Amino acid sequence: MSDVHQQDFSYFPGCSLATTAAESNRSLMQAARILGLNLIELEDWNCCGSSSAQTMCKNLSLAMAARNLSLAPPGRPLVAMCPRCLHYLRSAQECLKADPQTREDLEAKWGRPIPTDLEIMHFMEVLVRYGLDRLKVNARRSLKGLRFVPYYGCTLARPPRLAKEKYFQGEMENILTALGAEAVPDALMYRCCGSFLSATDPEIVTPLVQEIIGSAAAAKADCLVTACAMCQLNLEIRNTSKSKIPIFHFSEILALALGADDYEEWFVRHLVDPRPLIQKLAKAA
Amino acid sequence: MSQVQPLIQDDMTPDAVESGKLRPSLAAEVGERSGAALNRCYQCKSCGNGCPFVQAMDYTPNQVLRLVQFGMRQEVLTCKTIWVCVGCHTCSSQCPMSIDIAAVMDTLRLMAVEEGVAIGKANIIDFHEEVLRSLEKYGRAHKLGIMLGYKRQTGRWLKDLDVGLKMLARRKLDLIPSRVRDVKEIADLFTCYWRETA
Repeated sequence: MSDVHQQDFSYFPGCSLATTAAESNRSLMQAARILGLNLIELEDWNCCGSSSAQTMCKNLSLAMAARNLSLAPPGRPLVAMCPRCLHYLRSAQECLKADPQTREDLEAKWGRPIPTDLEIMHFMEVLVRYGLDRLKVNARRSLKGLRFVPYYGCTLARPPRLAKEKYFQGEMENILTALGAEAVPDALMYRCCGSFLSATDPEIVTPLVQEIIGSAAAAKADCLVTACAMCQLNLEIRNTSKSKIPIFHFSEILALALGADDYEEWFVRHLVDPRPLIQKLAKAA
Repeated sequence: MSQVQPLIQDDMTPDAVESGKLRPSLAAEVGERSGAALNRCYQCKSCGNGCPFVQAMDYTPNQVLRLVQFGMRQEVLTCKTIWVCVGCHTCSSQCPMSIDIAAVMDTLRLMAVEEGVAIGKANIIDFHEEVLRSLEKYGRAHKLGIMLGYKRQTGRWLKDLDVGLKMLARRKLDLIPSRVRDVKEIADLFTCYWRETA
């Protein structure tokens, strides 16, 4: 697929977007609908394995990600929004390419082929191929005046094992500035949010989150826009400082600019209410 | 990964003597399994300086590499550092010798689980086990169930209660789990090492 003419995609939501970050899922669906991109949820998908399976048992981790690949219909790229899911799905595919025996065993177990040429991509890559010009044509609300920190977190750009895959660093800025917002890049954009330590050891994570939020506040940003649902949650729940900066999912800001009107439903699920900021923008426009 | 060249082969590092039979040196074993060329490390400490979690570690990442090079199996597999590491890859991306240090940490965690050593930071493994229980049951992570199970294991019910309540109030913690229909296919995957020993 060189251009996005083909509009059907398999979509892997992952556990976060299916539950805690349902607002990211909803806004993503809205944005996709407006752009005419058909995200078809992967039938009976399971957890990608996440850090826990990866830590406890490599075979389990591989098999969990591989089952999802076996469920993907051929000819449609598989799209994920969560960087970690993307990472584990791609890693599994790499692993199975290099290890045909394991692939055959799993295929025999499930009675389904596991395509090794299945294209696995992040939604941001879909947008890049869709093209900024076409995106701008669909914009209904200007993001003018919105100073945002593009917060990528640790996973989207980093793991060297997948370095030969395409990465779209800087694309969040490209997309949102094309829609009128102003990127504030002099903050901690790639610093890890603390990941699952937020659940087990909040005292380790809180200072990290303070540092990230503090850098955004010092750069006079209105908000942070995250590429990852877990980052969004950690930046909200582990921020104990006075600067309460709204933390948006990338999909929310995108859908907002594209004119989606059910944003109340997304924003009531935030721990830091972003509605005053949105109202301020609307007034200024 | 093909770039691994075990520097030392068939040597007698302390861990090899301990087991009573020859096995590859710890460095060779970890290098092979992780695909990381860890013998390139010259202790520049970029990883230790860049790691966001270093404050909570007992050894800095470069020290962990040193322990591996010296064959200090027990020390490295029981250390806290490998469990504090969440795999954010800051170290891997900063290493001037392109050593994938996060992959080394990954391998060391797996080895610690496989060899059944005392875990340097037990609450982390309690958490991972709780996640796996959820995945085995539903095929997906049920966060409320995981957090309650984790609290049951650690007995710290009040810790973080305010955050949990805030999340519940914003309906961010679903009471009913999202689940896979083909539960048998999922259950079949859980015949791994962890299942046999837990």
